[in-house]
Amino acid sequence: MSTSAFKTTRRQLLQSAAAGAALSAITHPAWAQSAPAVPLDEYEPTYFSAQEWAFILAATARLIPSEGDGPGAIEARVPVFIDLQLAGDFGIAADWYMDGPHDPAAPAQLGYQSPLNPAEVYRAAIAELDDWCSEEHGAPFAELEAETQNAVLTALENGELTLSSTQGASFFGLLLQNTKEGYFADPKYGGNHGMAAWVHIGFPGARASFLEWVGIERAYPLGPVSIAGERA
Amino acid sequence: MATTAKKKDVVIVGLGWTGSILGMELCEEGLEVLALERGPDRDTVPDFKYPDVADELKYAIRYGFMQRPRNSTLTIRRTLEETALPYRSLGSFLPGDGVGGAGVHWNGHTWRPMAEELRLRSYVEETFGAEIIPEEMTLQDWGVDYAELEPYFDRFEKVAGIAGQAGNINGEVVEGGNPFEAPRSGDFPMPPLPQTVDALMFAEAARAMGYHPFPRPAANASQAYTNPYGMQLGPCNFCGFCERFGCLNYSKSSPQTCVMAALKRKPNFEYKVNSEVLRVELARDGRTATGVTYVTAEGEEVFQPADLVILAAYQLHNVHLMLLSGIGQPYDPITGEGVMGKNYAYQMNGGTSLFFKDVEFNPFVGAGSNGMVIDDFAINQIDFAAEGFIGGSYISSGTTNGQPIRSMRLPPDTPGWGGDWKKATKEWYGHSMSIGSHGSNMAYRDTYLDLDPTYQDRFGRPLLRMTFNWKPNDIRMTQFMKSKIEPIAESMNPDIMASGYKADGAMYDVRPYQTTHNVGGAIMGTDPTSSALNRYLQSWDVHNVFVMGANAFPQNIQYNPTGVVGALAYWSAEAIRTQYLPNPRPLI
Ligand SMILES: Cc1cc2nc3c(=O)[nH]c(=O)nc-3n(C[C@H](O)[C@H](O)[C@H](O)COP(=O)(O)OP(=O)(O)OC[C@H]3O[C@@H](n4cnc5c(N)ncnc54)[C@H](O)[C@@H]3O)c2cc1C
Ligand code: SF4
Repeated sequence: MSTSAFKTTRRQLLQSAAAGAALSAITHPAWAQSAPAVPLDEYEPTYFSAQEWAFILAATARLIPSEGDGPGAIEARVPVFIDLQLAGDFGIAADWYMDGPHDPAAPAQLGYQSPLNPAEVYRAAIAELDDWCSEEHGAPFAELEAETQNAVLTALENGELTLSSTQGASFFGLLLQNTKEGYFADPKYGGNHGMAAWVHIGFPGARASFLEWVGIERAYPLGPVSIAGERA
Repeated sequence: MATTAKKKDVVIVGLGWTGSILGMELCEEGLEVLALERGPDRDTVPDFKYPDVADELKYAIRYGFMQRPRNSTLTIRRTLEETALPYRSLGSFLPGDGVGGAGVHWNGHTWRPMAEELRLRSYVEETFGAEIIPEEMTLQDWGVDYAELEPYFDRFEKVAGIAGQAGNINGEVVEGGNPFEAPRSGDFPMPPLPQTVDALMFAEAARAMGYHPFPRPAANASQAYTNPYGMQLGPCNFCGFCERFGCLNYSKSSPQTCVMAALKRKPNFEYKVNSEVLRVELARDGRTATGVTYVTAEGEEVFQPADLVILAAYQLHNVHLMLLSGIGQPYDPITGEGVMGKNYAYQMNGGTSLFFKDVEFNPFVGAGSNGMVIDDFAINQIDFAAEGFIGGSYISSGTTNGQPIRSMRLPPDTPGWGGDWKKATKEWYGHSMSIGSHGSNMAYRDTYLDLDPTYQDRFGRPLLRMTFNWKPNDIRMTQFMKSKIEPIAESMNPDIMASGYKADGAMYDVRPYQTTHNVGGAIMGTDPTSSALNRYLQSWDVHNVFVMGANAFPQNIQYNPTGVVGALAYWSAEAIRTQYLPNPRPLI
């Protein structure tokens, strides 16, 4: 985004603030893009350590690569989303029943049974996986070739590579689910930057009013809006 | 030591659909009514207002309006031999929490059952012979028949404001409705919703094959409407954020939009939120309840005396509270004796996805209950003896939401991640639809609820334990639906098609969402040795306890439950008002 666009945005914001609280709900500035964000390599994670952050940047970039049409996980700032989720209620399993006894060997169909919360699962899994990569491939995951990274993720996904430190939790399952969440969730959670993932698939975001388009077999013409009122 | 509160005539446990209805009906008798709700207060504003509620992550993925397992959950096992483990995070079903209960975040498919379903054992015995009933299947009649309940279906549909097309009015078949439904005394209160592209395509294909498509009965208003309590609904705008969300538009029928504001105005009504009932207290002889004990938000225990206790806490919690309170003899799956917890059942669903490169479905244009349905393979249309199963399904198509995290339907050979996944999301997001079957599920000797021997809740009470698995009868039923749906789908010439139906050996998986249509466990019936409640939803054992909800179903119907849950609540309320209050006693 250019600096001049940023200035316009600031000015519009001030104007709408001046217009008063009652109006502000309906007179959101028509942002061309979201406000500029800290580059990912300068971002200071809330939950992750530097090594974990390097892993997350690398792994999510394989799960949703930048090549091809549409944003990758990096452009969508999925790593920021995951960092903030793990620092919040989701990370600490605030809503989950976590009392023991735990049976990490339980059938997967009986659901999450690990004693670790998601934040702990990420921490343990990344450490174990980086150790494994260093032993097998001579470097931590983030420093491997894309092809090798893909092979490691595939092995994790199909169970050829298992992590004992997660005590039964599927780290790959969590990572993939959180990556897709960060790609498609409202930008207020730090991912889906500029609503680019919504533009990619044609989802109009938080518009939530379509009575005039029921039964119409043409593509809906309007682009997405976010909960904060941004447009793309 | 609990403090004792001032006595009330009636205490209601839970303030969802049934709790709010009973509150209204019993206040009209002039009784002093107190409702205790364990969750927070909720109303359209501020809790469901635009744009904040249009947040898929918060409400659909992190379950913002649902019960938190940390506060309340159960354990689950599939067989008597398996060790039950806690349902630690939500998946298969999503019980509600807070004022409105699951009535806030439901979809609103509002059905009447088939007349045959309410007397299923008798129907099967009379039509096909008792010998076709599998030995382990604990099939029962409900003890109330359709004609008796008809006025109460009508009442619930008018209060909730249901949009639909009648198919049978007083025995006359009406064009465009469901020709196989039981007779209605009148039309729906509102005309049907308009239909989305997928529903229209499905209806056309089904009609061409000689089936009888009709619009799904919807608790999403199709026009401005005022209900008998004076509550107003406005037309649904197909916002695409219905199921798992509260309605931003006063269009979805819920306790908030249909009952609560009228109820709050009654001077003899009071409700307390963040007040979780721990148990029903019984008199020394165990024949009557003296009230309930609950915990306040501050953690204080309070004994609330009352003459009449209404359990309206949702199926699972009603059964849990009854087991914890010692109401009724717990069921034993080995001997088959006892009634509390008996006959738990669920819902057997399947579906076929269709992908069309050139059709624009705009999947975000959706209402909770939009859709077209056929009932040509309903329970009263199938020869159970010939097909080798007992049950049936409705078959439907219609978009209810196209939120991209949870509704990203992709062709079966698409990888789960990587460049090809990203490409497929663009190619297919707006270009697929599905046809689903929504079917009955029978109860069996070993599908039941009891108290868990190991796990406890935050109050130190044993968790409820569910024993449930899919059975061959119901798997045959869903495979039969597959054989009917696939030809319809093929006739539509999709580019790609993929089916998902339970097959032989399928085990219950608690992870993917299926339905919040948990039924049974405190079932109604004609005999105290085989049911926990009599035909008026009164406990056989403790006559001043009446129990609302789908726990009363002896096995599950092929439809979504709330139409029946609502009608039974009015039926029971009428019995309380006209028979019980003048002379409190066991009504049977
Ligand atoms: C996502 C979803 C979609 C659904 N879609 C449909 C549909 O399309 N069609 C349909 O027919 N049905 C649907 N249902 C089911 C429908 O919501 C329920 O059948 C209906 O709400 C049941 O009403 P109820 O009064 O029994 O329970 P609820 O409405 O859930 O109310 C029970 C209340 O009791 C409270 N409570 C529980 N325990 C206690 C306690 N110990 N002390 C105090 N309060 C307590 C709860 O917090 C809750 O507020 C859906 C459900 C969900 C979750
Ligand atoms: S789809 Fe209709 S009824 Fe459902 S939440 Fe949206 S506006 Fe309300």
